Amino acid sequence: MAYVAVKGGQDAIESSVELLKLSRSDGSAVLEIDAIINRAKQLIDRIMCEAGFYAPEYAAIAFKQSEGSLEEAVFLMRAYRSTLSQTHTSLTIDCKNMRLSRRISSAFKDIPLGQILGASYDYTHRLLNFRLRDEDEGELRSFREQYFSSIGGEEVDMRAERVSDLLKKENLMVAYEPDDTEPMDITKNKLMFPASRSARLQTLFRADTGFVSGVSYAGLRGYGFMAHPTIGELRSGHVEVEIKYILDENESMVLGEIFFTEVESFVSSHKSSEQELDELEIDVGYGLAFGRAETKAIAMSILDCALNYPTPNSPPNDEEFVLLHGEALEMSGFISHLKLPHYVTYQSKLDNIRKTRKANETAEKKG
Amino acid sequence: MNENNDYNFAFLDEVSKREIRRAIIKAIAIPGYQVPFGSRELPIGRGWGTGGIQITLSIIGPNDVLKVIDQGSDDSVNAVSIKKFVHECTGVEITTDTEKADVIQSRHRIPEEKLTEGQVLVLQVPMPEPLRYVERSELKARKMHADSEYSAAWLLLYEQIMRYGKITMGAAYPVMVDDRYVMSPSPIPRYDTLKLDDADCLYLFGAGREKMIYAVPPHTRVVPLDFEDYKFEIEETEGRACSICGATGVFFDEIFDAESGERYFQCSDSGFCGKNAERNKSNATSNECK
Repeated sequence: MAYVAVKGGQDAIESSVELLKLSRSDGSAVLEIDAIINRAKQLIDRIMCEAGFYAPEYAAIAFKQSEGSLEEAVFLMRAYRSTLSQTHTSLTIDCKNMRLSRRISSAFKDIPLGQILGASYDYTHRLLNFRLRDEDEGELRSFREQYFSSIGGEEVDMRAERVSDLLKKENLMVAYEPDDTEPMDITKNKLMFPASRSARLQTLFRADTGFVSGVSYAGLRGYGFMAHPTIGELRSGHVEVEIKYILDENESMVLGEIFFTEVESFVSSHKSSEQELDELEIDVGYGLAFGRAETKAIAMSILDCALNYPTPNSPPNDEEFVLLHGEALEMSGFISHLKLPHYVTYQSKLDNIRKTRKANETAEKKG
Repeated sequence: MNENNDYNFAFLDEVSKREIRRAIIKAIAIPGYQVPFGSRELPIGRGWGTGGIQITLSIIGPNDVLKVIDQGSDDSVNAVSIKKFVHECTGVEITTDTEKADVIQSRHRIPEEKLTEGQVLVLQVPMPEPLRYVERSELKARKMHADSEYSAAWLLLYEQIMRYGKITMGAAYPVMVDDRYVMSPSPIPRYDTLKLDDADCLYLFGAGREKMIYAVPPHTRVVPLDFEDYKFEIEETEGRACSICGATGVFFDEIFDAESGERYFQCSDSGFCGKNAERNKSNATSNECK
């Protein structure tokens, strides 16, 4: 009989949970938290980004607990996050002060400090490296020692102005008034429409990477209004997080650093003018993500810009479509609820089908 | 008491619970109106009753007795999971007896036994917006509610009559609450819909994924949308009886026996069915004694 009608559902559930542990204990090697944090950092960054919760150790535990399921790991992090009370709000984090690891511009060749490639898979051939099957930790260590001695010990502290700041000076950018309204907090309020920009950016930051990339790709391919954007600047590196010092409001305390990737995409826009012809100018889309999630940050910047231009029948330009359907927990939760019994609701539907059939049969007989 | 000391009583922090209670109070003050709230993530899937659970966690006290059902059943996987979770983080007593419960959380059923004053039925809601099928934009749907502009909802019913000769809404049949707001009663069967009208208990509706809370306070007028010549109809129960307890005129689950190919019926409300079967048994024994 069906799994709703049987007594002893409790026992069946406990056995199911036990099987999970069995699955997690396959093989013979323990997955060390330290190894996950340091050697799977892109994954950890993605979990933290979609969870909206910067805590590498917890993310590693979540990853381990969920057998590497991203969706489950994000879920664990979110559920834990909602039990914590918010004690502080950081000062505004400004990526202008970023200690750069990578910084490129596709719009301008010559930018102050030049193009800094940093660590990127962009310049590799994706050939599976079979030597990693039996990797020698000693060799890795000597590689690191050699590397650091060749650069003279320390990494260089590189900081630079944003590329867009240069264009702003030339008046080529769409001018926006600085907006210091208190940002809306999407973890404490329901997202209402039209959404504020702060709500939009927070939602996109936490959104599922696949969803954000897919919808912005649709925009690039021609669904809706979106000319081919140009990456004005992509920068990644460490930014300090500060809070106000409790004893002196004018002082601040540094809590630590977070590794971000920030993107500004440039899109041509037009400015209606009183002269005969409209003028072209440059509008900017903003993208941000934890870690080196460059595709996500670029995709986010495209959608941020796309949402400034609502276009009929175009999902990438529709804020309700974009902002309501990329939430990792909501999409997986609602899809997976379909596995729950629907006996009552289905019974109700069946009743209608039978009644309309019966009505038709009677009508036929009469006819 | 609280068996899991890593977490606060009822899981959420006190500030969050207070925020949710405020949304509930507003919902009670404006029957049928959807109150947006900052839905929190829970250790249970969004779409698996998290709206209902957040309401339950926010209103439950250590001395309350809780019952959780899923499509009528106390033993369904998700009902078991939810009551285990609430019990672990509150230590409250759990029951399957509708009459003994102070708070009943339910997915898609209102219990057969009439709920009384002081009882709260918390319903889990997948789609709080009754206008979603006629207007997919939340912004526009909220404007339609504000203006009491419900012609599209009536039109949907009319179109069904034109096409199928009858109103073909299944569960989640839209209702008019207090002559003001059209509301989705959550996907309860039509059989349960009339229980919302002039009830003695409080009904609270929680949609966790969609971040809305709404309510039907006791003794509120709740009327299903229909037409003078095409009336609201409940599901067929005639000629059916429960194969376990013999009850008639209740809402049934339809069961197919794969071996015999037979079709038979069982009470959808498992708590009621168990009690009824027990009562029949003791009646039979006491008759024997006579």
